[in-house]
Amino acid sequence: MFHIYCPYCEEYREEEEFHPRGQAHLQRPADPENCSDEQWGDYLFFRDNPRGIHHELWVHSVGCRKFFNITRHTANYEILETYKMGERPSITAETLAADERQSGVQTASGGWQTVGARPEDEALNTEARA
Amino acid sequence: MTQIHRSSRGGRIDRSRELSFTFNGKRYTGYAGDTLASALLANGVDIVNRSFKYSRPRGIVAAGPEEPNAVVQLGASEAAQVPNVRATQQALYEGLVARSTNGWPNVQRDMMGMIGKLGGSFMPPGFYYKTFMAPASMWMTYEKYIRKSAGLGRSPLESDPDIYDHLNQHCDVLVIGGGAAGLAAARIAADSGARVMLCDEQEELGGSLLDSREALDGLPAPEWVSQVVTELSARENVELLPRTTANGYHDHNFVTLHERRTEHLWDTAPAVNRRPQARSRLHRVRARHVILATGTHERPLVYGNNDVPGNMVAGAVSTYIRRFGVVPGHKLVLSVSNDYAYRTALDWHESGREVVAIVDARATSRGELAEQARALGIRIINQSAVIEAKGSDRVTAARIARIDLDAFCVLGHEKTLSCDTIASSGGYSPVIHLSSHTGTRPVWRDDVLGFVPGDVKGMTSVGGVHGVFALKAVLEHAAEGARRALDAIGFESDSSAPKLPDVAERREEPACALFQVPHVKSAMRAPKQFVDLQNDVTAAGIELATREGFESIEHVKRYTALGFGTDQGKLGNINGMAVAARCLKRSIPEVGTTVFRPNYTPVTFGAIVGRHCRDLFDPERYTALHAWHVEHGAEFEDVGQWKRPWYFPRTVNGKKETMHEAVSRESLAVREKVGILDASTLGKIDIQGPDAREFLGRVYTNKWAKLAPGRVRYGLMCKDDGMLMDDGTTSCLAENHFLMTTTTGGAAGVMEWLELWHQTEWPELEVYFTSVTDHWATMTVTGPEARKLMSEVTDIDLSPDQFKFMDWREGNVAGIPARVFRISFTGELAYEINVQANYAMPVWKTLFEKGEKYGLTPYGTETMHVLRAEKGLIIAGQDTDGSVTPEDLGMQWAVGYDKPFAWIGKRALTRPDTARTDRKQFVGLKPRDPEVVLEEGAQIVFDPEQSIPMTMVGHVTSSYYSPNLGHGFALAVIKGGRDRLGQTVYLPMKDGVVHEAEIVSPVFIDPKGERQNV
Amino acid sequence: MSEIREFDCRPNDQTGAESPLAWSLQRGPVPDADTQAGVTLRESAFMGHLILRGGAIVLDEAVREVLGINLPARPNTLTLDSTGERSIQWLSPDEWLIVVPGGEEFALEKALRHALGQAHFSLVNVSGGQTVITLSGPKARETLKKSTPYDVHPSAFPVGKGVTTIFAKTSVTLRQPKADCWELIVRRSFADYLYRWLLDAAAEFGVSVER
Repeated sequence: MFHIYCPYCEEYREEEEFHPRGQAHLQRPADPENCSDEQWGDYLFFRDNPRGIHHELWVHSVGCRKFFNITRHTANYEILETYKMGERPSITAETLAADERQSGVQTASGGWQTVGARPEDEALNTEARA
Repeated sequence: MTQIHRSSRGGRIDRSRELSFTFNGKRYTGYAGDTLASALLANGVDIVNRSFKYSRPRGIVAAGPEEPNAVVQLGASEAAQVPNVRATQQALYEGLVARSTNGWPNVQRDMMGMIGKLGGSFMPPGFYYKTFMAPASMWMTYEKYIRKSAGLGRSPLESDPDIYDHLNQHCDVLVIGGGAAGLAAARIAADSGARVMLCDEQEELGGSLLDSREALDGLPAPEWVSQVVTELSARENVELLPRTTANGYHDHNFVTLHERRTEHLWDTAPAVNRRPQARSRLHRVRARHVILATGTHERPLVYGNNDVPGNMVAGAVSTYIRRFGVVPGHKLVLSVSNDYAYRTALDWHESGREVVAIVDARATSRGELAEQARALGIRIINQSAVIEAKGSDRVTAARIARIDLDAFCVLGHEKTLSCDTIASSGGYSPVIHLSSHTGTRPVWRDDVLGFVPGDVKGMTSVGGVHGVFALKAVLEHAAEGARRALDAIGFESDSSAPKLPDVAERREEPACALFQVPHVKSAMRAPKQFVDLQNDVTAAGIELATREGFESIEHVKRYTALGFGTDQGKLGNINGMAVAARCLKRSIPEVGTTVFRPNYTPVTFGAIVGRHCRDLFDPERYTALHAWHVEHGAEFEDVGQWKRPWYFPRTVNGKKETMHEAVSRESLAVREKVGILDASTLGKIDIQGPDAREFLGRVYTNKWAKLAPGRVRYGLMCKDDGMLMDDGTTSCLAENHFLMTTTTGGAAGVMEWLELWHQTEWPELEVYFTSVTDHWATMTVTGPEARKLMSEVTDIDLSPDQFKFMDWREGNVAGIPARVFRISFTGELAYEINVQANYAMPVWKTLFEKGEKYGLTPYGTETMHVLRAEKGLIIAGQDTDGSVTPEDLGMQWAVGYDKPFAWIGKRALTRPDTARTDRKQFVGLKPRDPEVVLEEGAQIVFDPEQSIPMTMVGHVTSSYYSPNLGHGFALAVIKGGRDRLGQTVYLPMKDGVVHEAEIVSPVFIDPKGERQNV
Repeated sequence: MSEIREFDCRPNDQTGAESPLAWSLQRGPVPDADTQAGVTLRESAFMGHLILRGGAIVLDEAVREVLGINLPARPNTLTLDSTGERSIQWLSPDEWLIVVPGGEEFALEKALRHALGQAHFSLVNVSGGQTVITLSGPKARETLKKSTPYDVHPSAFPVGKGVTTIFAKTSVTLRQPKADCWELIVRRSFADYLYRWLLDAAAEFGVSVER
């Protein structure tokens, strides 16, 4: 159960009031009639599925009914910011990685749910993914 | 005196209130303040259950939620049955009835026990998988027998007489755990003015202080507790919740608390002032900060036959003595790895019973408590441990030996000490379950010999759960943690007044790491050394699992069942990790721990459901005419959350019509005379703005540029993939003003869809949308006599040239201002009357007054479906499923291919897949046998002789019997169907019957549309 | 003006009109008036409800001129006129709910349209689609806590606040126009469900229904 700050209501509300509407910042081709089938197919069907920062479109459906964006970490479910339609995120995977490099914090390692998994297993896992 | 183990004084029980209760059919007595477990121990009940897999006799081991054995079925009546209740958490009340969940035919003489004894060594992990694997067809038989003998709790067969509810809570600080750390933290938080909640799973607040030997501010610990509790309960900003377990710690500090409100009073919740009260309540708490003060669970040692009744966790023995005045035996052997557990020997000794020996795995023990024991003349044997318990239904002796911790072997010096109770302590495991629910990995600490919570945003762990054990240190840690927590959420703690009680510091020596105790024989050959008592997981089982190649602790868990069930690894997890680590020659942190998941302890379904049950299970939406429908005997159909009249059965000669009869009558009435439908559930959206028309052109597939005020148009709405999403009519009320209708089920979705495109793609368009679904009540008057009836009730000019098909007009109907739309979903002449919903009833009633002579017949959704299907009119969501384009439906006439803007869905219509000519197309089906009504969803094939799997070419989307046609008919989608009109297709059914049908036009009646256009 | 179709859907003769709770109250159960009741319910039926949409800057002056109250600009607030009978509530950055005594709504709609002239806005009469249930009494807040995840503590929900939020398994617009008075603005079709929900939630406190 997320606690989501609605940038229009200017307060936190319970997740039950919202609906997720998928990846944010999708660009509908400006001239659909003259784009290729592949471009149109990308727009319609292909979505990112990152482990880490994800920008998502949500709607405050039981509330102000406004659409807005959420920057969410898909591994720990932390919501890093919410922002209005038409605005750009201030936190992205790039800015976060840069911050972490600066402060010497390691970025989250991939895929391991079990505590104490051994590093050599992780190397195998990376290989398997590649 | 039947309570043979009740001491003559002491304990927090009320000896003036004797309570009688029944366990496994036998009556016993206990006292107010007892738990079921303490009362059973007081009465000398050794065996409370049979074990899950080996059916070994089991007794009470612990005193809290970590109890693995004393899991009982509660309830005096069938309706009040509650499974999986831990006797250690159930307060005793007069008339309580409980029985063991395991054991068949009973716990004393158990069938499986014999098999367990004989076959024990033949039942390794995976026994059931391996043994009952073949033949697969026999599993059902095996399973029935295995389950019966394993015996888990059962659900009641009668309806629950109690109610349960939810309470939504918000607070600044939620303190979980009401022991020393929790109380100290809550006090500081309360002083800051923050909104504080404190919950604790026990019957009373205080946690381990209730059985502590220590003094705070010179007061015995329990007295200090009641002082603090009194002080806190007087504060308006504090809510104290005893008997309340924090069961789940979810995202963003959302915590679910299960409050057992009346479980300590009686089987069912008593009414208060004749008003019902909830038996238990789920608090849904959103906390700005969580202070985790869940303390620890003491770990028992793992030695041979450590499951025989009489083997207990050391701290639990102290709890029973000090809190309940129950000494659960006569002669105690205490086996420890640490100083603090020595208190159990002191408590036992003070009760006047014999402490045979304290066996300490460490080479020396010079701590304060050890010295006290020594001063009392209690025998202390160092560098040794209990390696095996003797006895079958109760411990008779303890076999002890000198051990080498590093080499993991017995060094000799074996002795057998006669005793009836063995208490053991291998240290204290922080109760990290809740912090693990958040997905955060716990952190191993060598100094604690346990996992402590990892960093969780918005959470501070204090005291035992953080590996801080000594009382003085716990209080200081809690105070410091509370201040940090308050600081994090912007409250100022009053640092000038450190309200910490004065506690004497205690000199302690470090504990040693002892989990599984070595035996003279190898683990595989030694008497069973249980790690997880609830799931009958032994050290040998874990060893075998690692030998068979299960290296990940998650795999070991699933192979052996370690930490499964209601136990969730509370007692056994760390010991299990330690055994696996030893076998794999790794450290415990390398092996890691399994992930704990909600719920911490079982929660009754009633509390999860709350009041969302029975007639409040789901909202029922009613139209303004609902009362009339009920009064006139309508049968209702659920359409989303709406209750819509399905049909109106009449009673003829004392016999109620069947649906078939009612629908036939209603259908004929509409085609021959006039019928009326409550269509209020249709979605309605008021659209205003200079760009309203442009917007409609973009969201609908067809053209809107020239629709004049007073006119109505049918429109199709697609998603951008070109697939039909919804349909409906939209009326032009004025140049910049439209009224859109949607399907009943699509109303909310379409509204959100319009807002989505307006807010995200085209914010520059000046247009606003407002839902008016509930504002207008809609009544459809349809049939050849509709005009005559309407002319009696309205001042609107109904002449065909003034009020044409697909026009709308304003006026009065039955004296009420109304908008009337000439649109038809039946193919007949039809008027849809919209009036403000508060005035719908008088209009409806007037129509019936005037309509009687025309045979006005109310009809429901079933007749509506038949009539529209006869006309080949689709229902979005029934005849379409998100994979159907307007072209598939043969509705090219409603697609504006040459509209200037690339409206939603247009581009997709030229994608190669969408443009295929062999797509499934919308057609009609006429079964060869006129009596046959095809099954909706039935698959269609071209070749009935083809062997399975057959090539499926389409399916039936709608199918009815038509009283107007005199035969069954259907709508379907079939590959390339429009080019196959006249051909025969086949519908093989699961009973072997193959139906034959002819592909026909989907319009079965009045193909030219003359009847609606009169 | 002709670009928008105005329509007075309220008849002069109110005979036979049925509010959204009419059937629930007729069918019952309707608890008797009880002076010991912790919660009192009442339907404020047949009020005029209008949804006003547009930019705050565009609407503000016209609203003040016609209604004599400020358009609440801050999220989740409402303003009332001096009698407390007329109110405007913020629903969204471009959407407000106006509630006035029944019968005033069409005149108000016309006056507002006149005052707003050619500005881009929308004004829709939704009087038939919703009703007001008032909740009062010492246990009203507890009853709300059983029903909505929104925080109704005085520090989080002072007088003058109003929000649209989850209520039981549907949504309501919840507001506190004055002390110890909560108003639930509920959709007509959900009114009976919510009435039954409220009676049930308040049962442990004792509940009475005023008619």
